[in-house]
Amino acid sequence: MLILLTGLLLGGTYTLIALGLTLQYGVARIMNLANGETLVAACFFTFWLYTGYGINPLVGLLVIGPGAFVINWLIYAWLMQPLVKRAKNRGMLEVDSILATFGLLFLFQGLMLQAFGGSYFNYEFLAQPFSIMGDSFGLNRVVAFVAAAVIAAALYVFLYHTDRGTAVRAVAVDPRAARLVAIDVRRTAAFAFALGGTITACAGTLLSTFYTFNTSMGVLFTMKALIIVIMGGVGDIRGAVLAALVLGLTETLVASLLDPGLTLAANYALFILVLLLRPQGIFGKRPA
Amino acid sequence: MNIPRNELLALGAGLACAAVLAFLPLVTEGFWLSLSVNIMLYAAICTAWALFSGPTHLVSLASAAFFGVGTYSVAIFIDVLPFPALILIAVAAGALLAMLVGLATLRLSGVYFVIFTLGLTELMGQIVTWVQTNFGGAIGLYVFTDLTEAHLYWLLLALTVIVFVTGWLINRSRLGLALRIIGNDEAVARHVGVDTARTRIILFAVSGAFIAVAGAIMAPRYSYITPDAAFSPMTSFFVVIMALLGGTRRLWGPLVGVVPFTLVMDFISGHFPNQTAVIVGIAFLAIVYVLPDGVTGQLESLFRRRRPAEQSLLTSTVEEGR
Repeated sequence: MLILLTGLLLGGTYTLIALGLTLQYGVARIMNLANGETLVAACFFTFWLYTGYGINPLVGLLVIGPGAFVINWLIYAWLMQPLVKRAKNRGMLEVDSILATFGLLFLFQGLMLQAFGGSYFNYEFLAQPFSIMGDSFGLNRVVAFVAAAVIAAALYVFLYHTDRGTAVRAVAVDPRAARLVAIDVRRTAAFAFALGGTITACAGTLLSTFYTFNTSMGVLFTMKALIIVIMGGVGDIRGAVLAALVLGLTETLVASLLDPGLTLAANYALFILVLLLRPQGIFGKRPA
Repeated sequence: MNIPRNELLALGAGLACAAVLAFLPLVTEGFWLSLSVNIMLYAAICTAWALFSGPTHLVSLASAAFFGVGTYSVAIFIDVLPFPALILIAVAAGALLAMLVGLATLRLSGVYFVIFTLGLTELMGQIVTWVQTNFGGAIGLYVFTDLTEAHLYWLLLALTVIVFVTGWLINRSRLGLALRIIGNDEAVARHVGVDTARTRIILFAVSGAFIAVAGAIMAPRYSYITPDAAFSPMTSFFVVIMALLGGTRRLWGPLVGVVPFTLVMDFISGHFPNQTAVIVGIAFLAIVYVLPDGVTGQLESLFRRRRPAEQSLLTSTVEEGR
């Protein structure tokens, strides 16, 4: 029971990371390998705000969210837009964006390494026990889970119950057809990319409240997000939520029953299973 | 075999170059020799990388995983087996890892492959660390041999020559033809009966085995081997950046990137050790944006633009397919 709930609590944060990536890949068609770096940058920024100025991480979200939105919008406009224009087809854009964001990954990692060094960081925030059904959990984990759920729910409402959100989903389905119904595809793609970055950054802020982080862990989180997105099916929110919870659960199971050093191996085992059994995603339809 | 004359000439010139380069350790040592070892190392790895990633357009981000598997093949068995046997183990280990990755991902669309390779280096590192802490005792392994820097240089030169000859043979074989068709249009390839998954898996195994051998050859240089050093993500990054700089359309394309990049990197890491990652990251982005086809691709298209009349449609499609 303890493992089950710990896994689910972790899965809440993972859901957000994956939602950020699925917006960037599913809508803006940018396979962002530097997604984990956004997350790590948010961890460090939150740390800096909290230890330097005593700003509560949950309040920090109000700064980090919009900040990440602006930065990611600029990244899209300056770095990704030229690739979109240059690409003759989707395959070319995929290769180009993978290469460009792979470069960004190392650039961001290098910048953060210079600013913070290679050691591990954490800080104490709401480090009190909180009991659920007889077991006690860190209050910070519970708060992070609730915050993640609120953000995910807000995103769901936005995507499915507003015009702007419908436009985003339309571009995800078919950019060409979206243009026919007077949707500004370029703006919408930029918006989705920036929104995806914001959500990932929020996940980073929440993660930093209960997790020990360092500058080089970004790739691990990009991997987790990618596995979740594939498992859930690209662009599928229900799938992503379910897949994130499954991943969080598997990780916690392996870490507590076998060895914490095997979490990535657990991720990969899950990834291989998905590739062999359901590469189209949990709820995805098999292509004809 | 009916070999065109210009290819035969190129082959002869290549072998002559290799023969001249083999004398290098006799005239220099110390700094320049160790720099030459680095150049040879990346020449072998980048060319092996481009054997697969060039024609298939599938970017492998896991060179370091194969490199580390090779290094560990040597580190684990160095006390019980002679060095040549260890190279064979590295070949087998590299090919096996590549086949497993290939079987899981290469039957599906390309993006799964890239994602799989992104974390593969880290995964191998974690598994090795886990095995060593639980069953092996210490984290590191010692490799003591009487191989000198000159020996490593010759081994890597030989490896580079073998990689080149293999690449040339593949290009001339049915496998190479199948690859060119897949690279141009996968749907067409499947329609004419090419088993796309099998072709890719075989080629990835060849490429992975070569990179593992390079890792095996470098093991004696490190002498003390840890998972962090053997599975360094920087290796994968350097391989991609150098191959892209040179261009992957031609077999010798990556070589054009390796030589200047290794020299410049040596200067940068000597003078700005703390800024290396940032500088390399910026250089990488610059290459992706400014030289998408690499130096050789850029030169070729310049050359072609200047003499468009001489190119008939037929030869240009054949050229494109390479």
